[in-house]
Amino acid sequence: MKHIRWFILVPYFLLATTPLIWLGVTSLKTQTAAINSTATIIPSTKEYVPVGNLHFSASLNAYQKLAIPSSGSAYSFLHYLNNSLIIGLLSTLASVALGTGCAYGFSRFQIRGAQDWLFFILSTRFLPPLAVVVPVLMMYRQFDLPNTHLGLILLYTAFNLSLAVWLMKGFIDDMPRAYEEAALVDGYTRFQAFYKIILPQSATGMAVTAVFCMISAWNEYGFALALNNAHAVTVPVYFAGLQGNIQGIPWPQIAAGVLIFALPIVIFTVLVRNHLLRGVTFGTIKQ
Amino acid sequence: MPFLQLKNLHKTYPDGTHAVRGIDLDVQEGEFIVLLGPSGCGKTTTLRMIAGLEMPTDGQITLAKKEITHHPASKRDIGFVFQFYALYPHMTVHQNIAFPLENLGQCKQEMQTTLLRVSKSLGIEHLLDRHPGQLSGGDQQRVSLARAMVRQPDIYLMDEPLGTLDADHRLALREFIRSQQLALGVTAIYVTHDQEEAMSLADRIVVMESGHIRQTGTPSEIYHYPADLFVANFVGSPGMNLIEGKISSQEQGLFKASSAEIAIPSLAYTGPLTLGIRPEFIYPTDKGISARVSIIEYHGSHHDIHLDTPMGNLTMRTPLSVTLSPKDNIQIAFKQNEIRLFAPKTGHAIL
Repeated sequence: MKHIRWFILVPYFLLATTPLIWLGVTSLKTQTAAINSTATIIPSTKEYVPVGNLHFSASLNAYQKLAIPSSGSAYSFLHYLNNSLIIGLLSTLASVALGTGCAYGFSRFQIRGAQDWLFFILSTRFLPPLAVVVPVLMMYRQFDLPNTHLGLILLYTAFNLSLAVWLMKGFIDDMPRAYEEAALVDGYTRFQAFYKIILPQSATGMAVTAVFCMISAWNEYGFALALNNAHAVTVPVYFAGLQGNIQGIPWPQIAAGVLIFALPIVIFTVLVRNHLLRGVTFGTIKQ
Repeated sequence: MPFLQLKNLHKTYPDGTHAVRGIDLDVQEGEFIVLLGPSGCGKTTTLRMIAGLEMPTDGQITLAKKEITHHPASKRDIGFVFQFYALYPHMTVHQNIAFPLENLGQCKQEMQTTLLRVSKSLGIEHLLDRHPGQLSGGDQQRVSLARAMVRQPDIYLMDEPLGTLDADHRLALREFIRSQQLALGVTAIYVTHDQEEAMSLADRIVVMESGHIRQTGTPSEIYHYPADLFVANFVGSPGMNLIEGKISSQEQGLFKASSAEIAIPSLAYTGPLTLGIRPEFIYPTDKGISARVSIIEYHGSHHDIHLDTPMGNLTMRTPLSVTLSPKDNIQIAFKQNEIRLFAPKTGHAIL
């Protein structure tokens, strides 16, 4: 049995990490080494490496270049990373906050047509988002929202809200009402009961929801491309734009940028991993 | 004016369930009232309406001279003990008990003193730093009682607080609840489906069924003078023996059930009715109704003897000194002043 586990885990590990390793290796290369038809994968500290073996001369040049605007672009990578962070975090915050409140309402109160509302909320996910790019763009123009952080924050919140509402509703449904009722008879208002009792216990659900919302906002490309041309451009759009660079595609910078770009999600996920594991198995064990 | 008054209380849930159908109840200050009934009888709904956790669809609730029918729970001065404890899992025992005190604006010192006093009386002062999840069911319910008591509310409401506990915890806590209630002289409403609990705790028992009050009375009234067939059958384990029969006009003082005749107190009534007799008021005798022993249940302090008789199956409770064996043919008689009679159709007691 133990051996079988290794037979599955080792290939999976390689499969999952090879692209990351390749990114890491490329980010240390020079432009010439990166596009060289002979693949080299072992970084070397020597400045000149003979052609024909797997070594290449490693440097952190690509990372340094991220801080300065590349040719044909007004801003450096850091500007776009900053955009992604602002938009991703604020839209995640909004989605989780609104989603939790909304889910609490659906879970605890008699709402006329609650099932229909919930289905409607879910149905906003049925349509491929790109199908509404043009109408959204036209609406946004009316309100001067293209090219603003707020525009993308609103949009990502709108998209992620359905997920947030449904996920959080599942979590709150599983919480006995008696907790809030206890708080009510202990002399607290319904709202106090919500934030003193329900919110602390929703941490797991909120962490799970936040991870999903963050990943989705972080990686979104279509709308970020369609609604922006300068100020609020996010990292995915910026990288895609680099492919039209007249000096050739700067692969080492892209690789370095992608690694940095992946980092916040990795850190975020690691931070909430205990909550995530509990969240995934939530409700599967009934006492 | 009674301390707590329920007037024509109704509750219909949005799904159409008419859970409580016109409850009238007066509770005096310091009384221990037990709402007793089978599940679905509306006893918990009634309790939750008193607490403000459900809003009545009709009727009126008055507590301590204030009309509170539509006040939110947070504005009523009540202590509520839930069946499944409902302790806040993210707080320690200490925080749980302190929670009701926190928005009263008391100083820390005062809170701490109250908290320690209540914890000590319940014997949970060594558990204050634990989380509810680390406690046994009995200890969790102790904490939950402490949380309800710490604010010294006008009234304690308890929703089957002992229903999920082991037998020994249940007895200990039952004793504690009653002794505390008596010591503090506080009014308490207690919901249970366990009649033994109801009998041992209550000043007065309110027997409920399908949203109605069937009878209100002291445990002994309820037990000895059930108001109708439902109470007669529901209270007592086993319930009253019920025998269908009639009183014919010529033979006053004689109840006929198939071939058997039972002497009853003379009564200005003729026609069909139901006779009720508790198992302990049937006794073996030399000359009476013939019966055949089918099953003998040993209960430690007594036997419950199941009998086949011409009137149907009866249960007789005998002291251990009476020795019988299955298939014995015996004669039985009823204690005449313990015989109850119930009208047909309505099931109301007429004797």
